[in-house]
Amino acid sequence: MKYSNLLMGASLAALMSASGVYAESLKVGAVATLEGAFAALGEDGLRGIQLALNEFDGEVAGYTIELISGSTDASPDSAVRAVRKLVEQDGAQIVIGPLSGSEGIAIRDYSKTQPEVTFLNGASAAQDTTLRETSDNFFRFSTEGAQWMAGLGEYVYTEKGYRTVAVVAEDYSFPYTQVFGFLEPFCRMGGTSPQDARFYVPLGNKDYSSVIAALPDEVDAIYVALGGADAVNFLSQYEQSGGDLPLIGGSITMDQSVLGSKGSQRDYIIGTPAAGPISDTWDDPRWQAFVTDYQETFPDGFPSPSLFAHGYYINAKAAFLALEEVSGDLSDGGAAYREVLAKLSFETPTGMVHLDERHQAVGDIFLTEVVEGPNGGLLNKTISVTPQVTQTLGLGYEEFLAYGPVSRENPVCE
Amino acid sequence: MIAGVVKTISGVRPAWWVALVLLILFPFPANDFFTVQIGAYSMILGLIGLSLMILAGYGGMVSLAQLTAAGLAAYVVAIFGVNSNDVLGFGWSWWIVAPLAIAVGTLFSALVGLIAVRTSGIYMIMITLAIAVSVFFFARQNYEVFNGFTGYAGITAPHIAGVDMRAPLPFYYLSLIGAVFFLAVTAFVEGSPFGLALQATRDNPRRVAALGYSVTAIRVFAFALAGVVAATAGVLLVILNGRVSPGTIGVDVAIDILVIAVVGGLRHPVGPFLGALAFVLLENFAIDLIDRERFNTVIGAAFLLVIFFSPDGLLGLWQKLSDRIKPIQTPTKSEH
Repeated sequence: MKYSNLLMGASLAALMSASGVYAESLKVGAVATLEGAFAALGEDGLRGIQLALNEFDGEVAGYTIELISGSTDASPDSAVRAVRKLVEQDGAQIVIGPLSGSEGIAIRDYSKTQPEVTFLNGASAAQDTTLRETSDNFFRFSTEGAQWMAGLGEYVYTEKGYRTVAVVAEDYSFPYTQVFGFLEPFCRMGGTSPQDARFYVPLGNKDYSSVIAALPDEVDAIYVALGGADAVNFLSQYEQSGGDLPLIGGSITMDQSVLGSKGSQRDYIIGTPAAGPISDTWDDPRWQAFVTDYQETFPDGFPSPSLFAHGYYINAKAAFLALEEVSGDLSDGGAAYREVLAKLSFETPTGMVHLDERHQAVGDIFLTEVVEGPNGGLLNKTISVTPQVTQTLGLGYEEFLAYGPVSRENPVCE
Repeated sequence: MIAGVVKTISGVRPAWWVALVLLILFPFPANDFFTVQIGAYSMILGLIGLSLMILAGYGGMVSLAQLTAAGLAAYVVAIFGVNSNDVLGFGWSWWIVAPLAIAVGTLFSALVGLIAVRTSGIYMIMITLAIAVSVFFFARQNYEVFNGFTGYAGITAPHIAGVDMRAPLPFYYLSLIGAVFFLAVTAFVEGSPFGLALQATRDNPRRVAALGYSVTAIRVFAFALAGVVAATAGVLLVILNGRVSPGTIGVDVAIDILVIAVVGGLRHPVGPFLGALAFVLLENFAIDLIDRERFNTVIGAAFLLVIFFSPDGLLGLWQKLSDRIKPIQTPTKSEH
């Protein structure tokens, strides 16, 4: 019995190596946060790449795609270490990733030292990655944190009639980008957000009592850019302390972890508008097909693909589409490949995507509102789709740069 | 002093010289990845581990703040050197910045020592952990000096005689010089009056005090010495990465350093370097050995096995192996 097993294994191995002669393989590196607090999200990002690869049956232009993963813990140092191994040791000529903002900037900087290798973003959404000190071989087919807010500022100004908002956000680059993307159009229309009504809390903050006590009364609403447990903690504490100001949500604030949580804040968040690159319940057939595909391929995954799976999927699909167009030929150090990438325009589950001159995606953004679903659960209803949002939010490049890098105080908006 | 140095050098066993030559030749067969990310990076982590080994091995004092000393040195380089964040970045020359960074790291380590030396065992671990955590959170929330969550990026590497020190070969040799220098210094200090006094405070502090030594002074000086080692590693780290952020000095990384020192072995200064090499190899290649969802289990299991079979770490394992081989060889020799 043992021998026959061995024999079978050996002949299988022989077969596999024989088939390797016919289909040459091409190494693609995938960087995601597989350790630490974002591990579940990184795992979902890799599911996105797998979905894109499945559409090509694992083979592009006759080359078998060999996916090699690199793991990070969301710190830029670990991202550079992971990508270095994929490029310098494993010899990957295409790298897809990373997941979080600061990692994206670090890999963009590293990409400048490897001009022969092509880097595509995963789901990282920091603004500077493709705005300042851009790299010729770093491409981002997913939209970023400020773009994700498209339409929200205008919506709450005209439809909801808010004129002054307070801000509660985590204290790092991604929420800064979101706050900027929300406030810029809001303030351009005449809204204000005083500096002393903006509160930045550390990531993972548990106690919001000091923030809640300091929230001014004379604002019309609170813009909340917190994620996961931070959002749940703030919302429940605010509701319990008797707060009744309406809310406006960031892209990861009104997600399933918040909508699905129990407690009295549940009724209170109904009607909260938010915006982001995906909308779970969008009834468009392209999105519905994507969700069905995800659910069938990954029964153990999330109930619906997260925006991380979505981001990785779009970037991976772009990588494979362009690879098909150059017939898998990267022998010129990928120069022709990158030319194709820069001009690529394709249909995604969330609409058409193409790049601007700094390799940043121009894509559609969803405006949503929390409603009560038919079975009593909360869900995000799609209010409108803002088509083809640019990174400069409709402004000229120079005009947009004049705002300066995103920070706690940007835009001033007094 | 000089006689002592000569004695130390002539006392070095031939095996060490062979190892040194191999290390010097290592970059030639290896690619850039192995040269920098395995070779040089192991030596940097090894240096921070050595800093802990000096305290724990000779002094019996486990400090979790040694990585913090290295991180502060890296921050000093970013603040007084050139960075691309438009925050501070005075653009001073490397000849001033590097010594300044080492001085700040040393001072910090000595201060940690001053606070912590009156405690021992688990209390010292807790105090130094508390210091490491507070510095981490302070760096993450302070924007005026530490530039908060983002930290500093775009830190330029020094050019010595026109050679970019971040290029793989020069950086490898820079790290090698640092590692060998501090390894030699530690070996020298071990046998020096100070080193013997330090080991005596580990074994019986009351007797040392009765002999007229100041136990506190000896321990604080050990912390300062460990600070020099850690801060040098911090400067190397910032040259390699070109960036420093609160994640660099996070608690999880500080625990990694402890793991490196313990797994390598605390009885000999070369232990932390062995531990660092094992750690870096596992960190980079465990993901290729097994499913990507489980690779951290492999890393943990490997370290558990080492500690289980050899409380003295990899060094102890080596000792056991060579002890086993020797008795077999000796009788075969006597037969002939």
